[in-house]
Amino acid sequence: MKFQPYVTEHIYDEMFESNEKCRSHYAMFKEKIEDLSTRKLMQLQHSTDKAQRAIGMTFNVYHDKKGKEKILPLDIIPRVINGKDWEVIEKGLAQRIEALNLFLQDIYNGGKILKDKIVPEELVLSSQDYLDPCSGITPPKGRWCHIIGTDLVRDGKGHFYVLEDNLRCPSGVSYMLENREILKRAFPQLLSSMGVRPVSDYPIKLLNMLQYMSDKAKPTVVVLTPGVFNSAYFEHSYLANEMGVTLVTGQDLIVENDFVFMQTTKGLKQVDVIYRRIDDKFMDPMTFRKDSLLGTPGLFRAFKKGNVALANAPGTGVADDKAVYAYVPRIIKYYLGEDPIIENVPTYLCREEKDKKYVLENIGNLVVKETNAAGGYGMLIGPKTTKSEHEKFKKLISSNPSNYIAQPTLSLSTVPTISKSKIDGRHVDLRPYVLYGEKVEVIPGALTRVALKKGSLVVNSSQGGGSKDTWVLYN
Amino acid sequence: MLSTVADSLYWLGRYLERVENYARFIDVNFNLSLDLPPDVQEQWMPLIATTGDIESYHKKNNNFDRQNAMYFLAFDEENSNSIISCIKASREIARTVRGSLNKEIWEKLNETYYFVLKGKKQKIWTREDPREFFKQVKLDIQLLYGISEDSISRGQGWYFSKLGQYIERADKTSRILDVKYHLLLPSLDDVGSPIDYLQWTALLKSVTGFELYCREYGTIEISGVVEFLTLNKQFPRSILFSLKEAQKCLSVVSGTTDGGYSNKAEKELGSLVSDLQYADVSEIIKSGLHEYIDGIQIKLVQISDEVYDHFFKIKPNFIEQKTQEQ
Repeated sequence: MKFQPYVTEHIYDEMFESNEKCRSHYAMFKEKIEDLSTRKLMQLQHSTDKAQRAIGMTFNVYHDKKGKEKILPLDIIPRVINGKDWEVIEKGLAQRIEALNLFLQDIYNGGKILKDKIVPEELVLSSQDYLDPCSGITPPKGRWCHIIGTDLVRDGKGHFYVLEDNLRCPSGVSYMLENREILKRAFPQLLSSMGVRPVSDYPIKLLNMLQYMSDKAKPTVVVLTPGVFNSAYFEHSYLANEMGVTLVTGQDLIVENDFVFMQTTKGLKQVDVIYRRIDDKFMDPMTFRKDSLLGTPGLFRAFKKGNVALANAPGTGVADDKAVYAYVPRIIKYYLGEDPIIENVPTYLCREEKDKKYVLENIGNLVVKETNAAGGYGMLIGPKTTKSEHEKFKKLISSNPSNYIAQPTLSLSTVPTISKSKIDGRHVDLRPYVLYGEKVEVIPGALTRVALKKGSLVVNSSQGGGSKDTWVLYN
Repeated sequence: MLSTVADSLYWLGRYLERVENYARFIDVNFNLSLDLPPDVQEQWMPLIATTGDIESYHKKNNNFDRQNAMYFLAFDEENSNSIISCIKASREIARTVRGSLNKEIWEKLNETYYFVLKGKKQKIWTREDPREFFKQVKLDIQLLYGISEDSISRGQGWYFSKLGQYIERADKTSRILDVKYHLLLPSLDDVGSPIDYLQWTALLKSVTGFELYCREYGTIEISGVVEFLTLNKQFPRSILFSLKEAQKCLSVVSGTTDGGYSNKAEKELGSLVSDLQYADVSEIIKSGLHEYIDGIQIKLVQISDEVYDHFFKIKPNFIEQKTQEQ
């Protein structure tokens, strides 16, 4: 099947330099696709949907009363990243994670960076995600964020930017792994001949990192899930299974004398490390939300006493707050004395008078985000929305400025994507996964999210997004 | 093993056995209906009575029409014991205990789930001949058993799910015998008539015991059938056989190696098994089969409750929290 006609004007396309010219790291792939008939390619695309259902790669959609299960559509044309680009991403992420971890350790232990007025103290302390009970704590091995899924985007010129640091419970890594398995079936020869780096050892790396958090020779590791109704449940059970550890819910655990145990058919068994996929505030009704039925009473105290390791540690959310985000370049400079390797998207903080004024005047060209929202909710994309929506957001911003930030609209890069019976460019972002145990390890792969609607810039699964496998090449 | 996981696996065993039983019951009953003379009504009522859900059936239906009955037993999601509900529940369980199963089992079960959903969409119960569907469900479950047999490690999880399976089986065999016996009793006068023969044959077929029975007993006679289904030591669906298997599983998970018992569930089950081992079919019939079976069912419920108390019950950590606050 032919790619052309394919339009790349005004955007950065990952595969095509211009309408006709293919980038060299995609050349072999292009050849392969052009050898396939349209029918064969469509068949391959169709079989991925079936494969996803067969393995139960489904998620529940919040607010959907029918409880219908959905799949995250996987487009079979991969996003390919060459070795040179990847090296920059790898170094940039390692630098960023190291700095953010130091930042967390600092703000919960004296707050030197706040006293030095690099980051406004009030900004940090007023964040919904700053957890006062964490002050004075140094988590095991000094690690706050162990598992990170940073969102990157590429602008019209092909520069990478960090869009969001996800330091709480980043999801989607199971898609990175299973997408690869599905594409291995679709293009068995191509992966090795193109030199695609493997990702299948992620669960082992994850387990090693989790075990490192305990001083025991053979620590007991568990994955803590809110339960089967959580939209990422598939991933929780998948990861527990791949690591060969027990998947627990809050009710399986019990805290006695500040140690955590799981309740087994043969009595209590001590738990040393918890990979928790449950939000900070639901983790322990004794310390946080009293109405939470998902967590385990006493868990936080056990953590505070150093009797159990939590990954990620509670309280990390403050460092990926959208307002704190704007200060990350300064945070990197402060702790590491280096300039950021991957830049931030320029960010206007509505809490600052000058920025607010600019945002209100230029709202039609900006993307406005709530500082504490996620998943593409509470967001306004200026150029794609009507005047009345602009006015609505202007009011919202004026009444509660510190709740909002704004960024220029980036023209996200595109990747050829199958749409009905042709191939067309669709916007993508990139979520690589990083583990921070003994040292920072960037996994050579990622989840590429793709906005399946033509022209759309919203890649979130809850809003019509799909995914692509990401091939990171050795060269 | 986590108590909640053990609990789930026990129910997985029960649900899968239930699905297979229902599929077989429906298949056999449909077959039987083809042989009935024109003036005899199809026997769907006894089948629903067997499942113990006749009250909820009455709330929705005023007759025992084939389509209504088949829908209720197989496709009604409001009936928590229907094939579709049990498959759904099994799949939800399998999702939560994937670590104790494996990829092949999960994928097969998931496939069966989609197959049953498709069956509902295609309105199988309205078909002239729906048997192909029920045969496939049966085969799917058997395939699942086959995969498990050679791929699941014989740890606690295995024995909990087998325990569930055998307790469910003993329960279903006792129920179908009770209902059919009760129903066929008035026709004792014309024992040996073609209809009577068909009915008893159908009963045996619905527990896949017809051929075995014929080989062992020769002719169809009431006391023979009752003995075969309750007390036979070799037939894998007799009550005694199922409970002896359940007993083996329970002693493994309890860690009892030298006979005797170490918990209440074991004690109850052990004494029920030995009752059956020393029972005599003529005495059972004389003192009333229905009462006898009722007694067994009450004990099965007790055993199930005690298994729960001993192995599955977890400390509610939230109640603890309140007491700490006071």
